[in-house]
Parts: sequence; structure tokens; C-alpha cells
Amino acid sequence: MAATETTGKTTGKTVGSTPRATAAPLRWLRRNAVTLAGLATLAYLILPNVVVMVFSFNKPHGRFNYQWQQFSTDAWTDPCGVADLCGSLGLSLQIAVWATVGATVLGTMIAFALARYRFRARAGVNTLIFLPMAMPEVVMAASLATLFLNMGIQFGFWTILIAHIMFCLSFVVTAVKARVMSMDPRLEQAAQDLYASPVQTFLRVTLPIAAPGIASGALLSFALSFDDFIITNFNAGSTVTFPMFVWGSAQRGTPVQINVIGTAMFLVAVLCVLVGQMAGSRRKRSTK
Amino acid sequence: MTATEAPAPPESDATEPPALRKTSTRKRLVPYWLLLPGILWLLVFFAAPLVYQASTSLQTGSLEEGFKVTWHLATYWDALGEYWSQFVRSMGYAAIATALCLLLGYPLAYLIAFKAGRWRNVVMMLVIAPFFTSFLIRTLAWKTILADGGPVVGVLNSLHILDVTSALGITEGHRVLATPLAVVCGLTYNFLPFMILPLYTSLERIDPRLHEAAGDLYARPATTFRRVTFPLSMPGVVAGTLLTFIPAAGDYINAELLGSTDQKMIGNVIQSQFLRVLDYPTAAALSFILMAAILAMVTIYIRKSGTEDLV
Repeated sequence: MAATETTGKTTGKTVGSTPRATAAPLRWLRRNAVTLAGLATLAYLILPNVVVMVFSFNKPHGRFNYQWQQFSTDAWTDPCGVADLCGSLGLSLQIAVWATVGATVLGTMIAFALARYRFRARAGVNTLIFLPMAMPEVVMAASLATLFLNMGIQFGFWTILIAHIMFCLSFVVTAVKARVMSMDPRLEQAAQDLYASPVQTFLRVTLPIAAPGIASGALLSFALSFDDFIITNFNAGSTVTFPMFVWGSAQRGTPVQINVIGTAMFLVAVLCVLVGQMAGSRRKRSTK
Repeated sequence: MTATEAPAPPESDATEPPALRKTSTRKRLVPYWLLLPGILWLLVFFAAPLVYQASTSLQTGSLEEGFKVTWHLATYWDALGEYWSQFVRSMGYAAIATALCLLLGYPLAYLIAFKAGRWRNVVMMLVIAPFFTSFLIRTLAWKTILADGGPVVGVLNSLHILDVTSALGITEGHRVLATPLAVVCGLTYNFLPFMILPLYTSLERIDPRLHEAAGDLYARPATTFRRVTFPLSMPGVVAGTLLTFIPAAGDYINAELLGSTDQKMIGNVIQSQFLRVLDYPTAAALSFILMAAILAMVTIYIRKSGTEDLV
């Protein structure tokens, strides 16, 4: 690659006067400094996941799972062995699915309007989409909770769902808009020239092309909703989602099962990405 | 939504965008129908609450007697007077974490964009995949990593690094947990992907031939980086720092899980005022001060980076 070539050229020039034997490792280090630093950062990012995985096989003495004691697969064979854990997990999945559906439908509609039409208030709409992403979560969380509180709305499943759709919406709009903006309008015109009806054009041309954007928006919504703690904490009342269960367990004592579920989530995510990539590369090959 | 959404251009001039065409009133209303549900959702559940929060911050009263709008601006002064140290700390921690994210994230983004080759997708996956493990679980894992008897503290101790950092006030005694170092470490870790992704996006757009050209013109790698790569990646740097700084300044999870009462950030104060003390006016005032502070810093930052480097 170009960058490494230039590195080699110039380090050769500067190190040239020193003896070869001592210069070689130093030169290698200098040439690969960026790569090494990058890999170090990667290790920093992955380290907690490794720790979560390793400690899912721990058998802790006492309530907290912070120190390695003894190897055991107990938690893996009995992941729901802790009261309320799997209930909260189910609730979080349920909320994430509905929040994803809601945010994806509403967000895709907004994205199409923004990408395809010129209308008054476009700038205002763009600002309204941007603001939730640029605001600290605590502020949004406290504001929404104040509103619910004063309207006398009971906190629980519905308030969580409303809040999640609200903060996922902007991310879907951004993802879908980028995709729709970059697509060639001539493809749709071609479909129309070939006597496709507007419905057919939308279903067979527009939607398939926009699909990756919609999919990434949906995936992001799911991840954000499933993982959200701050906004949920303010708007859940006594309802306990999975992140709230984890939060509570940090004070009460962390069961090993939490690590099992964290590890399983990581593996499922990696698997999903791998499958998606394989499908993507196969499609690319078949279209070539 | 399917039938109305397709911008149907049956027989008119193909080069014209759909909206400029002479259409019936029904068709002109299409974008508004598309926007209506989502925008209503944001207006009702995002914008209206903020306005409502503003009025709450001007109320006085108590939970038993009820709250009334009394234009009691003193709430702001009292809140600022009582919690200014948490404000300063939040901004400081967030700024340090953002700087560390940039320092750590840049080489990795560079690696993915220019050097990973066929490993690019794998490295990218390793950056994104942790996103999908609950971030609270990962933050709790730092408790294990930085534990008092753990290997990290052991190494730092034997190298006498903790003596130095304690003297600087970053750590206390021979431990890392419940010190500023642990909180900043957690913040840096949690928001690092928000830095890496925009950096990668802007680095990926740079034509590698520009590097070759710089090399051909006898620029050393450091010069190439300083004069070509870094300026061209400025949009990513600005986006990344904002995406890191804003959530980090409002975060209270890292300070709660990895810090002690001495590391409380403003998010912790808002959370406890709202959920424990039930002093809604103070919580609202603190939220608005936080928002104003972030807005001010972001404006100054964008203006600075805009005039000097963002060309």
C-alpha cells in the first residue's frame, strides 16, 4: 500500500546511518506503529467482552461475580435460574421489537419525504430529527418523565415504548435517508417506462434498493432500544427491563447468569454479522 | 403507504424531480402525509416535554402541595451554586474522555480504512459487535478488570505508576476503582465506537493516491499525515468528538458503577434529584444548565474547527 511504501522509503533514509542489526526491529516498530496502536485500541474494546465471557464460567463465593474462584458451567445450564432475570429479558426483547417496528415505519416515511420531496418546513423537520441525537439522554429522559408525571400517565410498558420509539426515530431517518438519497432516480423511471404501475415500481424497485438502509436503521433501533438504560430508568416506573435488572444487580449482587446472557448476545451479534456478510458477498458474486 | 409513496412520473419530462412537476393537490400533500405521524411523535414526546421541562424549572412547591409556576429563577442560581463542582467535573471528564477517544480511535480507524485490506470486515465487526452486548454488563466488567487485587492494579503498582497518579490526584492510594481514572477509563471505553465510526467514514473517503502523491513529492509520512490525511478527516474528527462529548457529559452510569461519591457527575445529580429527592424544579433547572453548557461549548468548538481547519 502507498502509505507503507512511503514509510519504508523515509525511515530507510533516516535510520540509514545506524548499524543494521539494531535498526531492523526499530524500523519494523516504526513502520507498523499505526497498526500496533490500532490493534491495542481493538484489544481495549474487546477486553471487557472477553472478561464477561470468562466470568460466565465462574463459580463465585458470595453475591458478587468480580473475582475468579472456580470453573463451572452451572450458569450456562441454568440461564434462567435467577428470579426475574429471564422475565426482564423477555420484556426488553418485546419492547425492542415493537420500538423497532414503530421507529422503522415512522422513520422510513419521514426519510422518503425528506429525500424525495421539496416542501416548506424541510429545514425545521431536519432540525427536529437532528436534535434528539444531539441531546444528552438525561435531559430527554427527565423531560419526558416530567410530562408523563404531570399528565398522570401510569409509568410502565407503554411509557417505555413511547420513549424508545421517540429516540430511535432519528437514527432510522438518518440511515434510510442516506440510502434513498444515493439511489439513482433513473431506475424508477426505467421501471415506469416498462409500464410498471406506481405500486409495482415501489415494491419491486424502490423498496429493494432502500432495503439495506431500512435494515440498518431497524438493526440500530433494536440495539439502541434493547440496551437503553438512562431513558428507561426515568420512564419505567417499577417495570424492570433487562438493563434495569443489570443495574439493580450491580447493587444487590451480580448473578453469573448475567455474564452468560451478555456472552450469548455477543455471539448472536457476531453470528448475525457473519451471516449477513456471507449473504452479501454471495449476492455480489452472483450479480457479477 | 405504498401506493401514495412512489413518486409517480408517468408521462412527464423524466429529468424533472417529482416535486417540481405540476401535480394535483392530493399529490402535493404526499410529503406531509408521510411526515405527519413521525413528526407528531417527535413534537409530542420530544419537543413538548422540553417546553414543559422549561416551565417546570420555573416552578416552586413540593410533591405534597403541588407545583406552581412562580417564575422562580433562583432555582437556577441555587442549583448552579450547589452543584457547580459536578458541572465542572462532568465537562472535564467528558473532555478528557473525548481526547482519549480521539487519540485511541484514530489509529484504529486509520487501520481499518487503509491497512486492514481483506481483514477490514473482521476488524469492523470487532468494533461494532461489543455494541450488541449490553453496555451495562460491559461496564461492570471493568469492575473486574480494575479490581483492587487484579492484574491491572498489580502491574501499575509494581511499576510505581499508581504512586505518580495518586500524587496527581487521578487515583487514590493503591487502587484504581472509585477514582477519577476508573470513571474516565469507563467513559472512554463506552464512547470509543462513536468516535471510530465517523472517523472511519471520513478516512475511507480519502483517495489513497493522495498519499502516493505526497510521497512522490518527498513528504515524510508524518508530514503527509499532518498536511493531507488529518485535514481531510476533519469532518470525521468534528462529528466524532461531538458524538463522544455530548453523551459523555450527560452520562451517570460510569460515575455510578466505577466511581465513588467523589466522582459524581451532573447526570448523577439530575437522576437523584428526579428519582430519589423528587425535587422536579431543581432537576429541570439542572437539565437546562447542562443543555446550555453543552450548546455553548459545541458552538464555540464548531466555530473554531470550522474557521481554522474545516476547509
